[in-house]
Amino acid sequence: MTETVKFHFTVDGENFTMAGQASVAVKKNLRQLGISPEIIRRVSIAMYEGEINMVIHAGGGEADVFVYENMIEIVLTDNGPGIANVELAMQEGFSTAPDQIRSLGFGAGMGLPNMKKHTDFMGIDTKLGKGTKITMRVNF
Amino acid sequence: MTVEKLKEKLMLDAVVVPDSNREITGCYIGDLLSWVMGAAKTGDIWITIMSNINIVAVATLCDTACILLAEGVLVDEEVKQAAQERKINILSSKKSAYTLSTEIAELLV
Ligand SMILES: Nc1ncnc2c1ncn2[C@@H]1O[C@H](COP(=O)(O)OP(=O)(O)O)[C@@H](O)[C@H]1O
Ligand SMILES: [Mg+2]
Repeated sequence: MTETVKFHFTVDGENFTMAGQASVAVKKNLRQLGISPEIIRRVSIAMYEGEINMVIHAGGGEADVFVYENMIEIVLTDNGPGIANVELAMQEGFSTAPDQIRSLGFGAGMGLPNMKKHTDFMGIDTKLGKGTKITMRVNF
Repeated sequence: MTVEKLKEKLMLDAVVVPDSNREITGCYIGDLLSWVMGAAKTGDIWITIMSNINIVAVATLCDTACILLAEGVLVDEEVKQAAQERKINILSSKKSAYTLSTEIAELLV
């Protein structure tokens, strides 16, 4: 498979108002590449949830997006606290988000389930105290 | 129906309307952003009382036709600016989400 395009973003963990910038930029870039709206929607929603998670739960991180011939891969890497119980975290409604985050409309515990729902593959590689790497793929 | 038409018919206030010809195809009501991300569809009117800057990113990514702020909710200047830059329509009304949605239902049939 030939890798055609890649994008890299640093996701700022301090600035909550800027959260989502990487996903919005990716959406724009994918549109310019002529990717179909439905694929773009799935990629950008999944990435946004992951990006927000890095901001809320991990103090920021790195986002890489690779556009291949028939697939888009999103890799989100952070040096946050890691996820203690992935199975639990994947459940709809499970959230450790603090109240002040909830008052902004986040912390519904639907992020990880949404990421899974909108992608064809999602893998979580996490180590407590070290960080989390989430890989998602959308085929087209 | 376009966003401009919706604004006229329901007598909504225009907060920022940089894309007034945007076609409306449906409606979704919700304040929990992940919930909205999972359920709102392209072309929906998104009715919410959430007013922080993150609504602009959510509307951008979900490709909703407009954000409709219910209950007279106000947004900051920075939200207006971000919406203008990203061509996201924001309308507002003093009515409740319920009242707005019943009126929208009549328009969308
Ligand atoms: N990158 C991450 N680093 C550490 N913990 C995470 C990360 N992403 C998710 N989590 C954990 O998984 C839980 C569920 O995530 P999610 O489904 O997105 O819900 P929410 O973000 O609304 O809490 C979070 O509350 C958090 O405890
Ligand atoms: Mg989340």
